[in-house]
Amino acid sequence: MDDVQAMHIANGIINGPVSAIFIAIAMAGLAVCVWRAKLDLDDRLAPMAGLVAAFIFAVQMLNFQVLPGVSGHLLGGTLAVILVGPWVGALCVSTVLIVQALVFADGGLTALGLNITNMALIGTAAAYLLVALLLRVLPRSSRGLGATALIASVIGVVVAAMGFVAEFALGGTADLSITAVAATMAGTHTLIGIGEGLIAATTVVTVAKVRPDLVYALRAFRAPIRAKAAVA
Amino acid sequence: MTGRLRVFLAGGLLVALLLAGVVSNFASGSPDGLDHAARQGCTFNADDEITGGTCMAQQEQEHQLADSPLADYGIRGIDNEYLSTGLSGVLGVLLTFAIGGGMFWLLRRRSPEEGGHALGEDLASPSEPSDQKA
Repeated sequence: MDDVQAMHIANGIINGPVSAIFIAIAMAGLAVCVWRAKLDLDDRLAPMAGLVAAFIFAVQMLNFQVLPGVSGHLLGGTLAVILVGPWVGALCVSTVLIVQALVFADGGLTALGLNITNMALIGTAAAYLLVALLLRVLPRSSRGLGATALIASVIGVVVAAMGFVAEFALGGTADLSITAVAATMAGTHTLIGIGEGLIAATTVVTVAKVRPDLVYALRAFRAPIRAKAAVA
Repeated sequence: MTGRLRVFLAGGLLVALLLAGVVSNFASGSPDGLDHAARQGCTFNADDEITGGTCMAQQEQEHQLADSPLADYGIRGIDNEYLSTGLSGVLGVLLTFAIGGGMFWLLRRRSPEEGGHALGEDLASPSEPSDQKA
């Protein structure tokens, strides 16, 4: 029970043409992220983003049991969005996926575009929309931040899992019912999302207590108190 | 980079190293959600070989870099599982921090050249148009 498992899409599960299309999609998405990330990155955010990538790599190794015989691991999108923002965050998750594919032989090279699209782009984008919305409506407290991380994680992980289902529908090589695959993926990933949410909430609330100035989402998505007071 | 930021980064990196180097040995060995879905429809024997049925796992092809010395989160040549997993995790954290941190450092805005966007400027002037990140 102590082997760390391969955890990303392997080669062969999705056919070559669809895998190639998603390599192109991933590269286009990453190019946009690099362009926007440059506007966010400064002397403080850059090293923080390196740490977030390293932290996601570490936590992805920690598979937790969600059902008998089924485990899950963090994807990292929500955590990254809250700590370093959506554009830099997507690049953090991508960095982890690239290191895992090139050095740890986890996630096929042919499948790298699929993995990046699901976890770094789709999952992070869903998390971003939810974080931006929830931080505006939930209470300005640790609890509000924690609840934001939890809810965004659950939905972000399920949406990322549905990315795989869409890819399987487009180019799956096994003759299986799409609805059955979708149901299995949605069910297990809801539970995995809750696990991810608890980890993400604990992490971001801890950082917010120690160094609130290092939490991107608190700077960007919550209207600053002083500005509000000034307007009023 | 300020001293306080350095302390925070060192602390965060230490936590990541402990998680990947030590706690990783207590991770669940069960297939993850994706792998579980990939195995649905097939039957497996005690050695985890497919004995029948139809599933995605049958279609899996070997990784192009399966011979990598760190393949599957271990270090080839180290027989002790705990040491092998832990050390591969430590190397992975350091490598990810170096590659990610290096890339982000190169991409960052150079604060002295961009006077108006110096460090901390985001907090000081929230009404500035260029700060609309949402």
